[in-house]
Amino acid sequence: MTWVHDLAILTRGAGITAIIAVISTLLGAAIAFIVGVARVEGGPVVARIALFYIEFMRGTPLLVKLFWLYYALPLIGVSLDPFTTGIVGLSLNIGAYGAEVVRGGLQSVPDVQIEAARALNFSRRYTLLHITLPQTVIEMMPAFGNLAVQNLKDTALVSLISIADLTFRAQQLRNITLDSARIYTLTLLGYFVMALVLSAVMRFLEHKARRGAAFPRGMQQ
Amino acid sequence: MMYGFTYDTSSRLAYALSILPILGIGLIVTLEAAVAGFVFALVLGLAWSLLRRSRIRAVSWGAACIVEFIRDTPLLIQLFFLYYVLPDYGVILPAFLTGVLALGLQYSAYTSEVYRGGFDAVPREQWEAATALNLSRFRIYRDIVIPQTIPRIAPAMGNYAVSMLKETPVLSVVTVLDMLNLANMIGDRTFEYLVPLSLVGLIFPIMTTLCSVGIHALERILPKAGVALR
Repeated sequence: MTWVHDLAILTRGAGITAIIAVISTLLGAAIAFIVGVARVEGGPVVARIALFYIEFMRGTPLLVKLFWLYYALPLIGVSLDPFTTGIVGLSLNIGAYGAEVVRGGLQSVPDVQIEAARALNFSRRYTLLHITLPQTVIEMMPAFGNLAVQNLKDTALVSLISIADLTFRAQQLRNITLDSARIYTLTLLGYFVMALVLSAVMRFLEHKARRGAAFPRGMQQ
Repeated sequence: MMYGFTYDTSSRLAYALSILPILGIGLIVTLEAAVAGFVFALVLGLAWSLLRRSRIRAVSWGAACIVEFIRDTPLLIQLFFLYYVLPDYGVILPAFLTGVLALGLQYSAYTSEVYRGGFDAVPREQWEAATALNLSRFRIYRDIVIPQTIPRIAPAMGNYAVSMLKETPVLSVVTVLDMLNLANMIGDRTFEYLVPLSLVGLIFPIMTTLCSVGIHALERILPKAGVALR
């Protein structure tokens, strides 16, 4: 009975972990593209702001950021609930790492392609959206996959700002049952399974993207 | 009052200056944990990568599975596991040492990948030549493979060292008195978290930047041909 009971509680926590991981990964991806493009294509001021954002976010520990958002931000008048705090902290964090991936991808496009686009009088926006981004997004996929798993692991820290995720539930159960070995083994397995599923999904998306790239729009069969 | 330093809450600046020495004490603990953890990660990662290259299938496969498992699970849970489960089996370690073990364990999974890439980059002919010269596997690794690998893997290892430094605040969860833990304790006593937490948030980027500069300097010093181990 205890096994079933423990698993039920841990599964509920795992659901919260999954929701937080998915939302923060998607938001992080949006931040990554905005900041990454701003870093490469932005003017001197915008590119410098993007650089500062990336360097600052990558230079500070996630836990410090979460605690800052949770304990310090209310003192200057901005009070967010724990769930929002967790999502914001995780997204800002992983978005900065993703922005570096986007920057690397965009800078890997050969200059001749950009010169050719310019010679054809394509606008910068058109060049970005139809020439450079589509081919680099596929090359970014493995790195994004790693970051998604990294972000999933990072979600464990939101338990420390009182979100009832898998880690939080594990701590609760341990405090009641004192059976540390069993609870934490189950928890580790829970994260491991979620990470494997996430990796598989990312590889599937990459596969899909590669198939799509072989048949440009209008030529799909 | 903490470590003999009193808080001066008359103004934000005075408050920040008065708690800076306390955070400095925490910073030393943070740096110690990062250095000790990284040394452990370097050794354990090397062990994983050598086991993965074992000729015995079960050993190489088992090592690969363990590394994958460590890499895909959060540091925080590994830390809790070591902190709460080891004492149940009679292994009672101070929190700091448990934290160092957890950091080293997590990062050994990353460093083992770096070693693997480094070993794979050694040309096949060198292995064949060494085997033809009847060198033992131990001597091949010690005198030929690892010396050449060191300068190649140094940049990647340096990045992991910096990223480990940024993970040390997690140790505050198991009562290690690192910089973040002291900042929180100061906040608990003064009801003012903004200044201590902001200071920690500023000190870390400074530290990581300094570390990056130091590591780049180290990379330049390392001879490109390799580092002899004897």
